Amino acid sequence: MALLQISEPGQSLDPHQRRVAVGIDLGTTHSLVAAVRHGVAECLPATDGRVILPSVVRYLDPALGGSGRQIGFDALAAQVQDPANTVSSVKRLMGRSRAQVVDVDKLAYTVVEQDGMAVVETVAGRKTPMEVSAEILATLRFRAEDSFDDELYGAVITVPAYFDDAQRQATKDAAQLAGINVLRLINEPTAAAIAYGLDNGSEGVYAIYDLGGGTFDISILRLTQGVFEVMATGGDSALGGDDFDQALAAWVLAQQGVGATLNPSERAAVHAEARRVKEVLSSSASESFRAVVAGRTIEQTVSPADLEACTAALTTRTMTAVRKVLRDAGITKDEVKGVVMVGGSTRMPVIRRTVGEFFGQEPLTNLNPDEVVALGASIQANALAGNSKDGDLLLLDVIPLSLGIETMGGLVERIVPRNSSIPTALAQDFTTYQDGQTALALHVVQGERDLVGDCRSLARFELRGIPPMVAGAARIRVTFTVDADGLLSVSAKEQGSGVEARVDVKPAYGLSDEQIAAMLQDSFATAQQDIQARALVEARVDADRMIAATRTALAADTDLLEGDERQQIDALIEALTQAVGSTDAATVEAATAALAKGTEAFAALRMNRGIRQALAGKKLEEV
Amino acid sequence: MNLNLQSNDFEIFGMAPGFGLDRAALDARWKDLQREAHPDRFATADAQAQRVAMQWSVRINEAYQRLKDPLKRAVYLCELHGAPIQAENNTAMPAAFLMQQMQWREDLDEASGLADLERMADEVTAARRDMLQGLQTTSDELRDWPALAQQVRALMFVERFARDVESRIDLLGQ
Repeated sequence: MALLQISEPGQSLDPHQRRVAVGIDLGTTHSLVAAVRHGVAECLPATDGRVILPSVVRYLDPALGGSGRQIGFDALAAQVQDPANTVSSVKRLMGRSRAQVVDVDKLAYTVVEQDGMAVVETVAGRKTPMEVSAEILATLRFRAEDSFDDELYGAVITVPAYFDDAQRQATKDAAQLAGINVLRLINEPTAAAIAYGLDNGSEGVYAIYDLGGGTFDISILRLTQGVFEVMATGGDSALGGDDFDQALAAWVLAQQGVGATLNPSERAAVHAEARRVKEVLSSSASESFRAVVAGRTIEQTVSPADLEACTAALTTRTMTAVRKVLRDAGITKDEVKGVVMVGGSTRMPVIRRTVGEFFGQEPLTNLNPDEVVALGASIQANALAGNSKDGDLLLLDVIPLSLGIETMGGLVERIVPRNSSIPTALAQDFTTYQDGQTALALHVVQGERDLVGDCRSLARFELRGIPPMVAGAARIRVTFTVDADGLLSVSAKEQGSGVEARVDVKPAYGLSDEQIAAMLQDSFATAQQDIQARALVEARVDADRMIAATRTALAADTDLLEGDERQQIDALIEALTQAVGSTDAATVEAATAALAKGTEAFAALRMNRGIRQALAGKKLEEV
Repeated sequence: MNLNLQSNDFEIFGMAPGFGLDRAALDARWKDLQREAHPDRFATADAQAQRVAMQWSVRINEAYQRLKDPLKRAVYLCELHGAPIQAENNTAMPAAFLMQQMQWREDLDEASGLADLERMADEVTAARRDMLQGLQTTSDELRDWPALAQQVRALMFVERFARDVESRIDLLGQ
């Protein structure tokens, strides 16, 4: 156990103090948390020594009292006994309406529609996918805090590369509910590449084939001197090991002539048995499938060839995506230096063989496919938190799906094409359709199809107050900005009049800030904490961080300041240092904001210097 | 030179403005610039520094996307030299070029199998390569910007057609 650190009252945060930063793989079937300790990335175990946490939450009848829920292995063990209240594979519901969830009727629990969002009906009431995910994330957060005996500074959370904006936003909302500061959302295959690449000191073009429990991703990355450049990414956010289980179960039931509809408990049992048989067949020539359905015991011998045959269509679907992403990256399969296998489903021999034959080389499997994503995320978290001594790791990622807006006739005008490097901002000019039109409705969509109806609808907003003009005279510039997490915001401005509107894309089925605040009120994250006290703590941490960052900046580049600029900044630092002693969060925040504003010009000057030095071919450290 | 967000793409990348450019040098420069400016470098910094980083990182990516794509690069050169493309208002094309476009469209409508489509894709790729060669001459040797704009408009037709062929191939793969 680590020794507790005790600081003097009022002592400011030491900028060189190590921050606890972790990587979290929030998976469809299981989740993990990893951290860099003593320079090595490792998955953190629970008290029982196991690193894997099944992504399963069971809600108990509130009338029974107690904590009200079971998480992980306990919940998994209860799945067959209590399928209706045991939520697994909730990742498939994230950022989705009920109609968008693939095979929603095959789930053993009940999914209903609420405010355009798929939610789970349980004995403890309706639970949003974000709330269920937050339970899992909070469990991992507590595990990390117990491991380090310290508060968590922040986390890098992984998402499938092919997740759209709504799914990413839902993941971020879940983390917020769990009281986690999200340093960055990164793509699972990218995380795997980091763990793999840094481990092997690799250079060149790599393909990452990631077949998880519920999602499939294929990414092409170029690795050069610590830079991980995603060239293209693709996949299917509703294709994974679960589908192989379902296909096997359906085949067995057909062989046995079971036509009756199964009840939820039988369905859960058949699904669990299918998964078990599939896993055994990865290293065995035959296995018996046993289950009790519709009052009778069925038994079916399954060979690897049977499994391959009944899942062939799924394997083919992954390979179609592989060909497409190679085309997007503009490379041929011969240029791929290595193929990294990620996700538990790549343990299936048929997958390894098919991928190996396509690329003409043995896929790389020397890292544990279950752990590799969390390990990579922890390396990135460590770097982002400023703990890493070698600042050489840099991720240059892309947006997985095109973003656009609806134009006349239900067509999509693409503004940000897929596989654009992020962060990015792109603008396009539009005009009015009718004489005297004073408002414009904007509908933001994501997807590759030409018709709005075939794409994901992300948000709608209006630009009002356009001066009346003849049709086609107004110049409305619509700007899409995608940040480093892959999240979108959209603004529109009429160029002549300067009328403006903007929206942070919070999909209809996402959560508003008020909803999050309300949910936080009664969630575990703040259950025992006074929200005011928490706000003060957060304001002080922000203030300390701001002071430390400004002092570091001054130490490095004070020569950029002229006249009394230095004194002005010093005065603002002094004012903020005083304000930190206040017990009013607003006072601390105001002083922090003042220092931020006062250093705006200085920040711009520093960046210009950095850019010039990059152009001169020198790194900052060498100057 | 004092750089700012309004500097032109070539200035930001420290490269001589022209159609021909060293792709490997462009890629390397992009990574060097992002090493300085990417928001990940400022994850623990204050909000101002993060905002500046985001602006620069976006600007660098914008310039990179434009410079690395030959068509976008050519459009940009035309604009820098006061010969905007105005593709929507200016659709005049030589008759021979239009005839060839119509022929291609007919061939695409009649193409049935993957072999047909891939043969067309090869033909379009070859035509595109020749046109890019022409663009380089017009830009870097003749420095005739109105002529370059005309060639760019023609290339836009060809690229659109190439995309249509590709989406037909995609459909077949599904």
